[in-house]
Formats: sequence, C-alpha cells, structure tokens
Amino acid sequence: MPTSHTISVLVTNEVGVLSRIVDLFSGRGYNIESLTVAPTLDSIYSRVTIVTRADDDVIEQICKQLNRLIPVIKVANLTLGDAIEYEIGLLKISVNDENRAEFMNIVAQASAKIMDVTEKIYTVKIDGDEKQVQTFAELVRPFGIKEFVRSGKVAITKSGQFSTFKNRKDELKLSL
Amino acid sequence: MNKQMYSGAQILLKSLVKEGVEEIFGYPGGVVLPLYDALYMQDEIKHYLVRHEQAAVHAAEGYARASGRVGVAVVTSGPGACNTITGLANAYYDGTPLILITGQVNSKLIGADAFQEADVVGITRSCCKHNYLVKDVKDLARIIKEAFYIATTGKKGPVVIDIPVDIFNAKYTFEYPKNVELVGYNPNYKGHPLQVQRALETLFEAKRPVIISGGGVMASNASNELKEVATRLQIPVVHTLMGTGTYPDSLETSLGMMGMHGNYCANLTVANADVIFAIGTRFSDRITGCLKKFARDAQVIHIDIDPCSISKNVKATIPIVGDIKNVLSIMIEQLNKSKHVVNNDLKEKWFNDIREWKKKVAIPQKMSEKLSAITVLNTIYDYTKKDEPIVATEVGQHQMWTAQNFKFNQPRKLITSGGLGTMGFGFPAAIGAMAAMKKGYVLNIAGDGSIQMNIQELMTCVDYKFKVINCIINNGYLGMVRQWQEKIYNEHYSQTKISSPDFVKLAQSYGALGIRVEREEEIIPALEKAIEFDGPVMIDFVCENFEMVYPWVLAGQPIDKVLLSREEC
Repeated sequence: MPTSHTISVLVTNEVGVLSRIVDLFSGRGYNIESLTVAPTLDSIYSRVTIVTRADDDVIEQICKQLNRLIPVIKVANLTLGDAIEYEIGLLKISVNDENRAEFMNIVAQASAKIMDVTEKIYTVKIDGDEKQVQTFAELVRPFGIKEFVRSGKVAITKSGQFSTFKNRKDELKLSL
Repeated sequence: MNKQMYSGAQILLKSLVKEGVEEIFGYPGGVVLPLYDALYMQDEIKHYLVRHEQAAVHAAEGYARASGRVGVAVVTSGPGACNTITGLANAYYDGTPLILITGQVNSKLIGADAFQEADVVGITRSCCKHNYLVKDVKDLARIIKEAFYIATTGKKGPVVIDIPVDIFNAKYTFEYPKNVELVGYNPNYKGHPLQVQRALETLFEAKRPVIISGGGVMASNASNELKEVATRLQIPVVHTLMGTGTYPDSLETSLGMMGMHGNYCANLTVANADVIFAIGTRFSDRITGCLKKFARDAQVIHIDIDPCSISKNVKATIPIVGDIKNVLSIMIEQLNKSKHVVNNDLKEKWFNDIREWKKKVAIPQKMSEKLSAITVLNTIYDYTKKDEPIVATEVGQHQMWTAQNFKFNQPRKLITSGGLGTMGFGFPAAIGAMAAMKKGYVLNIAGDGSIQMNIQELMTCVDYKFKVINCIINNGYLGMVRQWQEKIYNEHYSQTKISSPDFVKLAQSYGALGIRVEREEEIIPALEKAIEFDGPVMIDFVCENFEMVYPWVLAGQPIDKVLLSREEC
C-alpha cells in the first residue's frame, strides 16, 4: 500500500545538488508530491524536505539512493518518528457584504490570518499540517477561491537528533 | 619565497601522476588543446589516441578491469563529451573505477550556447557516480583527489571532471592534498560481526545451501576468501556473468554460471536452495528470472558494499553491508574460533540432487554443413587455454556461448559488458586490456553485428601493434535478437539480417591480418597464424545462421524453467 512519507535530507549547499535529487526521483520513477529547500543556520548546508508517496520497500530504496549521492549528508524518514510537520496556504477569496460575517467566522475558527483586503478579494494565510490547510480550503471553497498557493512541507523531529551542525566533526559523528 | 606556478593543465597531469596513472586514452579537440600541449611537453603519462570517444571510455574500462587500476580517459567538450555517455553508463553499471576528463568551453561562455558546448554535468549526472565542473583552478587538485577517492571506494564507478579551457590555462601553485574530506560520503567497509555470526549460524544449519558469487567479489579481490569459505563450509558455488572467474571453474564445487543462459544445474540449485548466500551481486533480472518466484522459500544472506543493492530486488533475510574481502575475512576468523564441525550428512541429498542436475546439459545442434559457433569457441578455448589470455566479448549470442564454454579459473580474465549490454564494448575494452598487460595477446570474441559498432578501433590497434585477436562469429544475423524473434515473434526476422564487409580485406586495408575460416580443420591453423602475427588480427568465422543459445530461460519465467534445445520449445 503506497503511503505518504516526509523525507528530510541534509545536503551540502552546492550548485546542482537539487538537480541530483530531482533527477534521482525522475530517473527511478519515484514521485515527488512536494519539495522545499532552504539553507540551514549554517549556510554551507541546505535542508531539502520531500513528501513522496510509495510502498514501504520503495521508500527504503529512495532513502538508500538519496544516501548514495555524494553531497547528501543525512537522510531521515520523519514519518517514522515523532515529527512536527508544517505547511502554509495562501488563498484569494471573493467575499461580498452578504457572506462577509460568515467568512470572518470561519477565518477566526481556523486561526487563519487575513493578509490583505480589497473591495471584493480577501487574501488569507492558513498554516498547519496538510489536513488543516486542506480543510480550510474546503470550508472557504463555496465563497469562491480565486487563487490558492501552497508551500511544500517543512518538518522537524521533536527530539534534537537532526539538528544543524556547528562544525564538521560533530556532523561527521552524527551522520555515521 | 615564491612558489612555482603551474597551469591548470599541468596541475591535472601532475595530479594524475600522483594517483599513479601511467596511461590514458583520449581524443583531442578545441578546448582541450592546452591539456594536449602539456601532455606533449612531458613523458610520465602515455596517451593512446583512439578513433572515437566512446572507445576511449571503453578502453579505459578494459584497462581498469584487466589491471585493477583506475582507467582514465580524456575528451573534448560538446560532441566529444556526448560520445562518452555509453561508455560511462557501461562503467557505472558494472562498477568499474574510471576518471573521465571532459574539456568545457570557457567558463565565461558557459550557458551562452558557445561552439561545442554541452551541459556535461547535466547530461552525465545519471550515468556516473559523481561529477564536477571545475570553476576555479585552486579547486582542481582537490577535485581530482576526491574524484579518484570516489571512483575507487564503495561501489566503484566512473567520475566525470568537466574542465573549462580557461581553467586549463589559469596558473596556480601545485600541492596535491593528502586527505579527502567528504562529509556525505562514508562507505561502510567493515561489515557487522554480529550479522556475520548470524549468517554463519544460518549456513551451519542449511540443508540446501548455495553461494552466488557476483562481480563484487572481483571488485573486492576476494576470490581467495571466497574459496576458503566455500571449501570450509562445503557449499557449492554458482556465479553470475560478472562473477566469472571469481571462483575457479575447475573445482568440483563450481556449478558455473546461473541466469537466463546459465547452466541447468546452477539454476536448479539456486531455485531449490534453502539458504542463498549472495556475495556482491545486484540480483539483476537476468539472474532472478521471474522475481516473484525467485527464492520464495529460501533465506537470503546478502553481502554488498552498496546498501542500495540489498533488498532492492530480492529481500535479504540477513543483510551485511561491507567490503566483501573484509566480511569474508571476519567470517573466516569466526570459523577459526568456532567449535562447529561442518556436517555433510545434512547435505547429502542436496549433493546427490546437484550431481543429477549436472548431467543435464544443452543438446548440441547440428543444422547444416556450416561451422557451429559452439564448436569454434570450444576449439578456440582448447587451443588458447595454456596461455590463459584475457577474453573480451561484445554483446549477444557469442557472449553467452563464451561465458558458457570458456572455463575461467581467475578473476579479471573475462571482460564483458554485463549490466548495460553494450554492443561495441569488447573491441575497445580489449585494446585497454592490452595496454594494461603489454604482453601476450587478448582475445575479443565478437559477433558480426557487434564488431561493426566500433570497428574503427582497428586503426588504434595497428598503430600501437596491440595483439588483439578478434574472433568474429559471423552468422549473418543479429543472432540474439533473431533468436528471440524465432521463438517469440513467429520467425519475423525484422531488421536482424545484417550484412558485413569482407573482414579479411578490411583487416588488410587497415594493415592488420585478416583470415577467413569456413571449415573446422581451418580453425587451429588460423589461430596459430593469428598468435604468431605481430599486431591485430581479424578472424572471420563463417558460421551457421540459425544456431541458438541454450540453456535458455525465457524472460519473465522462473529460473528453473530451463530450455535445453529447440525441440523443447
């Protein structure tokens, strides 16, 4: 049974490293559902967070294949551990005088935030896990969603196992 | 004090010398002119000029496989680099350590669609272990050091270094780094002793054990350790195509090659085993046949240096990641300490079964008065075995007949394209092997189709007086594809009938020796003449058109469904 997995990949921040990862997925027929990349606190490294859907044995292969790439320092399947996952949705929604009150009510209940208001369009930010973002979008769909932009997922373990490293020696210890 | 400055081209050559490189294969061009000029000015590295860049990489691979050293090839940018892709993919599949230096357009022109520009790092990404674009001459020595380290450790493979022409010309001091610092690359060499212990316990209790020896045993130079483990545990050994020679074929316990065209006995043994001890094999589809039916009831112990190979196709019961030589040495140590006495009574029925299976072999086919390819190859083997030559092959029927009929008692004697199955590999690989060995001769067993894929290398061979004896099994067809068409596509021989030039005249026009053989009694005299000749030879063996390779397991079938003759089909 294919299931969704969040894989966190620590890489050296060098030209082409993202291509290597993306090529690996396309070349071996794996699927990327979402992808985020940003430098870590120490900008010589970057963190790539990939959401992918596959059978468990394929996920195991994906992690092994990622590890095989030279600039990849560490791969963690966060789905297996205790992790906090987070993503952001930005929505432009049509609101009129008649349904404004109902709309504001949904926004308040979902802890969404209004970022911009024009005469007919409200731009709203919703954050949370995948389900919270999805649910909010479903709730406001009847108002008329003009645009929906969604970030990929970022995730972090609750324990301090997969932090950024201050120096190469610490990092070597941890990456073993 | 001012340190001496060197050009990037000189730094490259000095680094290669530091890595012990003595020979390289290549083809010059516009952007590598500074490198070729630096080559001209030195005499530590010998350069072999090939006739096609693909052949340069295959030759470097043949060189690496024959010698166990690193193969190095140099080509120019754009078309030169693009022509190397097949060679890279081949080496990547078969785990051969190579360094490919590609020239690149001036770094200021990269991305501007300059003349002979190609995105080499992009194009080669999926067919090499790692690649580099050098952007600063200061990084050059470090990158070369890293490239050699990556190519020769873990699962070995090709590494590409793309060097823009201005980097070749830029000046910097030379200091070759002593160590490599790659935080993301730490191949596991040791092998876990507890896993080895578990493996041994499983093997002690096995009633129907078998060892599969793959190309990894050769890569790790672990033949002696394998022999000791197999002998002490009394386990029969089969090998994959890439594992040919890792376990001596002359031993009673060697059951030969397994797989699609493997021995009946080898396939049946693996299919019926209760414990499969797989050493350095990827379990490719050519080995497993129908994956769902492969080793369904067997426990699988799998040693490989590449974690990706373990449980990729066949689930391992006891995975051991590590260098095979190390892991088998740990196993031998544990055997030395163990009080366990290997009890063959457990395996008596198993040995009886194997003896019975050994009796079943492919049934000889006599179809016409023309030469039988199998007879030709057996005669070549018998006549040349005293010299123990390196044997290269192309890809197709002749390759399988060679693997089936030649006996190899040492690794690195059969050089063949296993994973990628590259027609045109054998001849340049034989040239590389000859460059490494420098004495005797190298056989290249070829088909009439394959030999025409890199036939231009005959000139390279003549230039350097390389004694490569090309034995062309000329059956007028792309035989392996024709064989599938006969069996699976209702004898629709679509585009597989292939014509050839007059190989004798062709050889002569290059300045090589050409001999045609049409009758059995001509085979040995032709070989005598070939071995005597001081240079490359082409022997055109005009063979039966419709001979088939048996044993044969049809694609997708379980490996114990072995066809032994046309009549069974």
